Amino acid sequence: AVPRQEGPGRAGLTGLSCSIGENIQLLVDRPDGTYCFRLHRDRVYYLSEKLLKLAASVPRESLVAPGTCFGKFTKSQKFRLSVTALDFLAPYAKYKVWVKPGSEQSFLYGNHVLKSGLGRITESTAQYQGVVVYSMADVPLGFGVAAKSTQECRKVDPLAIVVFHQADVGEYVRNEDTLT
Amino acid sequence: MAAVRVEAVLAAAEEQEAEKRRSITVEKELELEYDLGNLLAVDRNPPPAAALRGAGPRREALLRALARDNTQLLVSRLWELPAERAGGAGGPLVAQLPEPTFRLPREKPAPKPRPPTRWEQFARLKGIRRKKKTSLVWDEQAKEWRRRWGYKRAGGDPSRAWLAEVPAGADPEEDQFARLRREKRERVARNELNRLRNLARAHRAGSAVPAAPLHPTGHQDRDELRRVARVARVSTASLGRFQPRLPKEPAEPPSRSGGKKRRFQPLLGNLAAERSRQLELLRDMGSKKPVLDITRAVNKQLRAEEAEAAAANKGKKQSKRGKRGRRQQRPGRSGKKSGGRRQPQQQKPAGGGTGG
Repeated sequence: AVPRQEGPGRAGLTGLSCSIGENIQLLVDRPDGTYCFRLHRDRVYYLSEKLLKLAASVPRESLVAPGTCFGKFTKSQKFRLSVTALDFLAPYAKYKVWVKPGSEQSFLYGNHVLKSGLGRITESTAQYQGVVVYSMADVPLGFGVAAKSTQECRKVDPLAIVVFHQADVGEYVRNEDTLT
Repeated sequence: MAAVRVEAVLAAAEEQEAEKRRSITVEKELELEYDLGNLLAVDRNPPPAAALRGAGPRREALLRALARDNTQLLVSRLWELPAERAGGAGGPLVAQLPEPTFRLPREKPAPKPRPPTRWEQFARLKGIRRKKKTSLVWDEQAKEWRRRWGYKRAGGDPSRAWLAEVPAGADPEEDQFARLRREKRERVARNELNRLRNLARAHRAGSAVPAAPLHPTGHQDRDELRRVARVARVSTASLGRFQPRLPKEPAEPPSRSGGKKRRFQPLLGNLAAERSRQLELLRDMGSKKPVLDITRAVNKQLRAEEAEAAAANKGKKQSKRGKRGRRQQRPGRSGKKSGGRRQPQQQKPAGGGTGG
């Protein structure tokens, strides 16, 4: 089998660390085994060493997805986080946003979060910081990017966007075919 | 009835005799060429081309007949050779073959000339030629001609030498015999090493594949020509980016090894090293300290510029002083340099260094 390429390097790790901060090293440095990131056809996958060795025996063209897809590199080499990483990244998130029950459904349909739907937000969130979106019952709903810093969020009017939508768990239903 | 049968039998017998005779004699247009020393017979008669075309039993039969006829002729010739009984009266009949006339081609390829050794290269460079040496040397002590080297050589047996002078500057306690033996061993080892090195060099040179020529030779196949064309296209100042392509020429596929930014580490390389590398990367990203220390960079740049300016000034002043001036200047210069650079100059901004 032809080997795939190795880890995402600086760009990928920057993209990941934007969302969860320093705690990403807890993903790399795990006590229960060696886990690694691998790049396969522009997507970054997170898999254990055992799975890596098994996947290495599959030809590159036939391999669909080794491990869990964390995100992909777009055509212009920007890293875009995917919802399949939610289970891994949510526990380590540093910046969180809680969404009111009314606008939960709106977010799950792929819309941005407005000020009127914002429940809580972590203190000292910078603008354009990657955040994890939770419902009021502390259920992780997806990823987003803070459109305004915490201070600004307090002052802005109710219909302004505060969190840009990036990925949500509704994609499991909407994009069932294309999710890897 | 019996007469008829007898006649029939006689006729059959005669036919058989004729058959045998026919089988021994072979009619050929051109005589064969024989080289009985190599047991070789060359048949220059043109074969019936029409019958040989295409595979089939007819062709096989024809070839077999041809082979049989030629072998018969060769064997007949062999029987004409002078023969004798080997090993007495009861032994086999052995023919005496003449000398072979046909020159057989080489079985193995001709040996390639080996590359010259280091000494040979040096000698060629200097124009040193071999001096013809006599094989025997007059030994004064033994009063006879002895070999130059080897068994019973001219200088006497070195292992029986009972006297070894202590040379002028040597340590009086040193064992001279041991020294001689050691030096001999070292000489032998060095010689052997050089011989092996020459051998390795020759071997390496022999196994190196000669590069295919880039100009059209007329003996190149399609893949070679494609490769050469690609090399030619890329050999422009812009590395082939603006070379026009023929109408049906396909575009260049991305190279397997990747460009500079598309090369990756192996898939299953040292995983522990990978983990530590990633953690270090994360640590650097997480820490607030910038990778480039501005102050240090600025100071380094200033120092470099000042050194340059000083060297330029010195060059102007020194053109008339010559060697002595430079020698006198040196101790003073080094003293100045160490003292003046302790304090980094904080108040100068980054862009201000160019003025100095």
